[in-house]
Amino acid sequence: MSLLEFENVTLTFGGLTAVDDLSFQVEHGEVFAIVGPNGAGKSTVFNLISRFYDPDAGAIRFDGQDLLQVKSSGVAAFGVARTFQNIELFEHATVLQNLLVGRHRHRRTNLLSEILFTPSARRQEIENREKVEAVIDFLDLQPFRDKLISGLPYGVRKVVEVARALATEPKLLLLDEPASGLSVEETTDMRWWIDDIRRQMGITVLMVEHDMGLVSGVSDRVLAMADGAKLALGTPAQVQSHPAVIEAYLGKAS
Amino acid sequence: MRIVFKTSYMQDIRPWKDGYQLCLYLILLAMVAAAPWWLDDFYLGELTNVLVWAIAGLGLMILTGHTGQASLGHAAFLAVGCYSNVILIEAGVPFLLAFPLAGLLTGIAGVTVAIPALRLHGIYLAIFTLALSVLMDDIIVLAEPITGGVAGKYLGGVEIFGHLVDRWGTPDQFFWLVLGVAVIVTLGYINLLRSPLGRSFIAVRDSEVSAQAMGVDIARTKMISFALSCAVTGLAGALMGLYAGAFNNETFSVIISIQLLMMIVIGGLGSIHGAFLGAIVIGFLPQFLSISKEYVGAIIGSNTVAIPGLEFGIFGVILIAFILFEPMGMYGRWLKIRTWFELFPFYRKDMFKRQKSYLKTERLR
Repeated sequence: MSLLEFENVTLTFGGLTAVDDLSFQVEHGEVFAIVGPNGAGKSTVFNLISRFYDPDAGAIRFDGQDLLQVKSSGVAAFGVARTFQNIELFEHATVLQNLLVGRHRHRRTNLLSEILFTPSARRQEIENREKVEAVIDFLDLQPFRDKLISGLPYGVRKVVEVARALATEPKLLLLDEPASGLSVEETTDMRWWIDDIRRQMGITVLMVEHDMGLVSGVSDRVLAMADGAKLALGTPAQVQSHPAVIEAYLGKAS
Repeated sequence: MRIVFKTSYMQDIRPWKDGYQLCLYLILLAMVAAAPWWLDDFYLGELTNVLVWAIAGLGLMILTGHTGQASLGHAAFLAVGCYSNVILIEAGVPFLLAFPLAGLLTGIAGVTVAIPALRLHGIYLAIFTLALSVLMDDIIVLAEPITGGVAGKYLGGVEIFGHLVDRWGTPDQFFWLVLGVAVIVTLGYINLLRSPLGRSFIAVRDSEVSAQAMGVDIARTKMISFALSCAVTGLAGALMGLYAGAFNNETFSVIISIQLLMMIVIGGLGSIHGAFLGAIVIGFLPQFLSISKEYVGAIIGSNTVAIPGLEFGIFGVILIAFILFEPMGMYGRWLKIRTWFELFPFYRKDMFKRQKSYLKTERLR
């Protein structure tokens, strides 16, 4: 059984078809990239998985369970974590606090035990910190641990967002343009991290990315989209040489 | 500069940084608790008032400072707390039971209000709650059989373990009662902020989209925030009623709501310190003005004339000054001063400057 399945999913906004009868499967343990020109519906696919939108038709299944049955806040409980294209961190909190919010889906305490800060709440906090500290170590965020997000440079924020997603201990990690706005070195770092996330942590990665160097470097399979529909699906090399993809990016040879 | 080396997770989790900081706060608490011995009755009363306002400020801080939902209607919840406390006591319920019940009832009232309010954002929520504050005035008048209407109600003192605690008769004991409530509420608040729920409040405030993606149920979180905020405000309202002694529909007017919001903005949004610092400004400003008016009158030789609206005028000027020059409030200013001393010659001007981010994910709904 595939980890994530899209089955004939269609989403329209008024007259605009954002996602058009799209089907694909993401298998366990792979890095799956979605590419396509602007407005192809890549981020919309992510927002469909996050349940920010309801599809007009079709089914989305995660690990065999129907994802459309839950609210957007219930998606995290399945083990799906994501980052955002334009960084959505909690600005007025520290890096540590941001990562601890990522632990929210593992919350076992209730209102009363938290206000009294009972031993069980204390144990949970220690456990949360152990997990978060491991993520901080993994992504080399130690220097920024107690810094407010509002004072951090763009590149670090990007990494903090990945860290927050990892703190949820996901099965599937959605990365929305992980390399956009990063320098060449930072992009290389990101590439090795994505590799490590898959190899060491065994997390399946689904990413939207424009940087073809990064895409062909890390991904096992690539889905090319244009105008909400599937153009090609295959290895990076296959997709890059696919005539329909070349046409979508460069136009038809006359 | 003191550097604390962390060797265990508890150092991060406990509310104080090190023993030195804990000592400072304990000394402060001891000094305040000993206030009846070093303050005369008048200023003790004023200090009690400051603490009551601080509790109300903590209530609003949960909702506005930490969950990011502006409310201009918290006077309505002060009224609910005050009236339910008095009505319960009149019905024969002992104070020690009536007081927490008043908080609970106000919390329930808060949830009832939160259900429609959850759909509103920013300015719309502010207007909705403002309307609530205006409505409460009329509701109190209309519900005359229960609330006493325009004539109002009177509560002399309350009995705790057969002991009469009264604002005028035993101001020191009333002060300790209020201080006790303030300490308990503050401790609960600190605990809340270091556990998942408090962090989810901050998450909802800073980015609803990503809070949702992290598994935070926005509607539920806002509802709990409303409930807690209103419950604490209700407790403050009950104490405010005891402090005032007599009250009617005009005691908890819209002005009180606005003052409360201004107070936490001046004190510093999003910090517990802010509620207390703001309450000190609100509580002592009238006294400060009347004293300085006498001095000014003595210097320029004219007799002291009452200037209508002076207090609010000055208050407004202070608020504008803070929004322009120190949006982080008094607590933010204090943090800067402290950092300046800690780092002494190395403080840089832009240390607290924020990196602006211009991109924002388009709102999804």
